[in-house]
Amino acid sequence: MSKTLRRFVKSRLIFCMVSILLAPQVLFGGERAGQSLIPNTFAPESTPAHSISQLAGFVLSITGVMFVLVAGLLAYVVVRFRRRKNDDGMEPAQVYGSGPVEAAWTTVPFLIVIVLTLTTARVIQQVQDARKPASALDVQIVGRQWWWEIRYPKLGITTANELHVPVSSSRERLPTFLDLRAADVVHSFWVPRLMGKIDMVPNKVNSMWIEPERTGLFLGQCGTYCGTQHAKMLLRVYVDSREDFDRWVAHQKEIAENDPGAASGRLVFEHTACINCHAVSGTAGNGRFGPDLTHLMSRDTLASGALSNSAPGLKVWIKSPDRFKPGVLMPAMNLNDKELDQLVAYLTTLK
Amino acid sequence: MNGAIDIGGISEVLPPASSAESEKTVLDHIHSWLVTVDHKKLGLMYIMYGLVFFVIAGLEATAIRIQIAWPNLHIISPQAFNQLFTMHGTTMVFLVGMPLIFGFGNYLVPLMIGARDLAFPRLNAFGLWLSVFGGLLLYFSLIGGEGMTGAGGAPDVGWFAYAPLTGKAFSKGHSTDYWTLGIMVGGFGSIATASNLITTILCMRCRGMTLLKMPLVSWLNLIMSGMVLIVVSPLTAAQIMLLLDRFAGSHFFDTQAGGSAVLWMHFFWIFGHPEVYVLMIPAFAWASEIIPVFSRKAIFGYPVMVGATCAIGFVSLSVWAHHMFTVGMTSTGNTFFVASTMMVGVPTGIKIFNWLGTMWGGKLRFATPMLFSIAFLFQFLIAGLTGIMLAAAPWDWQLNDSYFLVAHFHYVLVGALVFMIFAAVYYWFPKASGRLLSERLGKWHFWLFLIGFHVTFDTMHLPGLLGMPRRIYTFEAGRGWALLNLICTIGVAFQIAATLIFVFNVLLSLRKGKPAGNDPWDAWTLEWSTSSPPPEYNFPEIPTVKSRRPLWDIKHPTDPDWKYE
Repeated sequence: MSKTLRRFVKSRLIFCMVSILLAPQVLFGGERAGQSLIPNTFAPESTPAHSISQLAGFVLSITGVMFVLVAGLLAYVVVRFRRRKNDDGMEPAQVYGSGPVEAAWTTVPFLIVIVLTLTTARVIQQVQDARKPASALDVQIVGRQWWWEIRYPKLGITTANELHVPVSSSRERLPTFLDLRAADVVHSFWVPRLMGKIDMVPNKVNSMWIEPERTGLFLGQCGTYCGTQHAKMLLRVYVDSREDFDRWVAHQKEIAENDPGAASGRLVFEHTACINCHAVSGTAGNGRFGPDLTHLMSRDTLASGALSNSAPGLKVWIKSPDRFKPGVLMPAMNLNDKELDQLVAYLTTLK
Repeated sequence: MNGAIDIGGISEVLPPASSAESEKTVLDHIHSWLVTVDHKKLGLMYIMYGLVFFVIAGLEATAIRIQIAWPNLHIISPQAFNQLFTMHGTTMVFLVGMPLIFGFGNYLVPLMIGARDLAFPRLNAFGLWLSVFGGLLLYFSLIGGEGMTGAGGAPDVGWFAYAPLTGKAFSKGHSTDYWTLGIMVGGFGSIATASNLITTILCMRCRGMTLLKMPLVSWLNLIMSGMVLIVVSPLTAAQIMLLLDRFAGSHFFDTQAGGSAVLWMHFFWIFGHPEVYVLMIPAFAWASEIIPVFSRKAIFGYPVMVGATCAIGFVSLSVWAHHMFTVGMTSTGNTFFVASTMMVGVPTGIKIFNWLGTMWGGKLRFATPMLFSIAFLFQFLIAGLTGIMLAAAPWDWQLNDSYFLVAHFHYVLVGALVFMIFAAVYYWFPKASGRLLSERLGKWHFWLFLIGFHVTFDTMHLPGLLGMPRRIYTFEAGRGWALLNLICTIGVAFQIAATLIFVFNVLLSLRKGKPAGNDPWDAWTLEWSTSSPPPEYNFPEIPTVKSRRPLWDIKHPTDPDWKYE
């Protein structure tokens, strides 16, 4: 069998098994799994995620065959050796064991295990020990209760919850290498279609890399229980074309907009406890406990995906964060309606 | 079934129930249970304790499933949800699994090796009451967990309580302290009972019963107890370190002061993974007893079964970090734990094949215990295979802490362990109570539970593959998880109905069940040679055995086992 043919058969096989597995999802989801926002682990769009799903297909095939054989044997035994109606009441022949049979069903699984281990080891090495090309983008991500701080150290950018990375192609390889940390408790960075999860552990620096093959939005969320709002620690990764990404970077590097029309709102921001936790470049606000707000309006969501980002969204969120994210560390500041409106007006200028 | 096979006239020499028995008041009865050192009564109390908490933890699971039946529900608050899954997990492992396996070990081991009690009856009672106290401490957190700060209630740190979420900074109040103390105290009870079982099995077997003539239940309890001694110690050590962190200002796991979160993970999982086998090995033991009896054949490959269990016990001590493939170990470290984890599959596979070998050529009788055992075989097979998938570290980066993982370990702990617990209850209930459970209700129980189990847990694999993490109190719409979660929740209704039938069956059969006689299943081990329920001293005369199936030898004097072993 030629190599191409074999690869073709293998990919078909994996495709069939995965389709069977995900049939209900395709039936009721109404969307083709390949194009939707569903964080399907079997619809990889990045190099390491591909390696994983190929390994998964291989393991699934082997375990699938084992399942069919053993479950089939069990079904056969249950039917074939059931006690019949016309049983003679005698005990069946007593067999106490058999050396050769035992040896066979010890050896065969042992060999299968060796094959599985070696295959797995190769993929581990492939993904974990991949060399970082000079063209790679570096990003630092810090897990916090319950949001993601995102920094691009070489570009001098700080943002939150929405990671922008360039698309990579065989013409221009642009993988992104993430260095993962945690500020408080253990979190886990997981965007299934780009790569499996890697934990963010306080006092430890972990790393992983992604190399997305197409532009678009990819959803993920925190993968390790990290306290009350673990469920609302959502993550969005925007894979941009090279040009879009460069434009985004240039914009993020600018200092914050200073719209004189929103000066009263800025005053509210600088004179309440907002600035203890939030930073806006060029103002008194340089807090680091909460998301950087310099380019707040360039993001689609608030509070790590708890609600969408808009003037009304900001208003209800600031008024009572606890309503949308019970247990969240951001307190309600008890601003009066006028202050609230001024503040929201100011924040919406932070393009 | 012929209820009263005559086994050397043992049943005749039992003294008639004393006339004083009928004059006892309810208080006398309660008193006699509270002060008892009889291994049978203690065993039954362990089992009842486990079953009561099984119902409690099942209700917790039901609340969890209702909250995540559909996206964005607000039935239960996030805080309460986090407490529910923490209590559900902790209860099922420490207050259901452990008491049940020790209960059966307590009840069965002396009867099966022809002893009158465990080696240290008072230590046995001490162990039980420590476990009970531990369980009460854990649940007392509902009242006492608030502490001075008003935070908390029940613990909400997850059943493996990763640091530093358990530190003073992130877990205020006393809920985590109750969790720590409850488990630690229960652990002392486990160590007491484990050392008791080991001593009993090594020192108190009846005449003729060499180690290799012991019933597999006895062998597997020996191995399980050995593992308990080894693995509960690191857990206890970790709990003490955590207490020191919380009360004495030490920094073992306090990452803000240079402590290590990964250290806790290692301590916990070097307990946590072997713990799975601690729970499963007794289930293997019951299967190795029930499957032969209902296949009418001796267990296939007895020495291999013993060897495979020893291998499982040994290898499972070196696989713990497969729970930690995502914490950033080196590729070499990951590969080692891939290899060791995959390797456990070999002896486990041998066991499945040997059970099939036992059934092969037999005459299968599908009484309720056998039905549960066959379902156990099927589900344990699937659990093993999904275990291999999780052992492939890169795939585990996707699957770890997803609903696929949740489905996998529920396949192990419900599909295999709980099914075998039910099998064992149906099988040994007649011995302990003198009455058979209703077969009719038993079959209703079995089929409903089977349907419910598969509706819930087969479906549960899929949201995991679609990227749904565990332990989230709600989830976003539009991710393909909604319908799958609804199906999971629907399955729970069947499981509840089945459990109600089971409880009803037990209560009804205790009063009105068919009298069992000594040996209702036509079985072969020593417990069936004495009366049902057995007298306090178990055997009027300590038996002598010549083979692994002493009652087979008596029933088939012309073709006894000892000729072949």
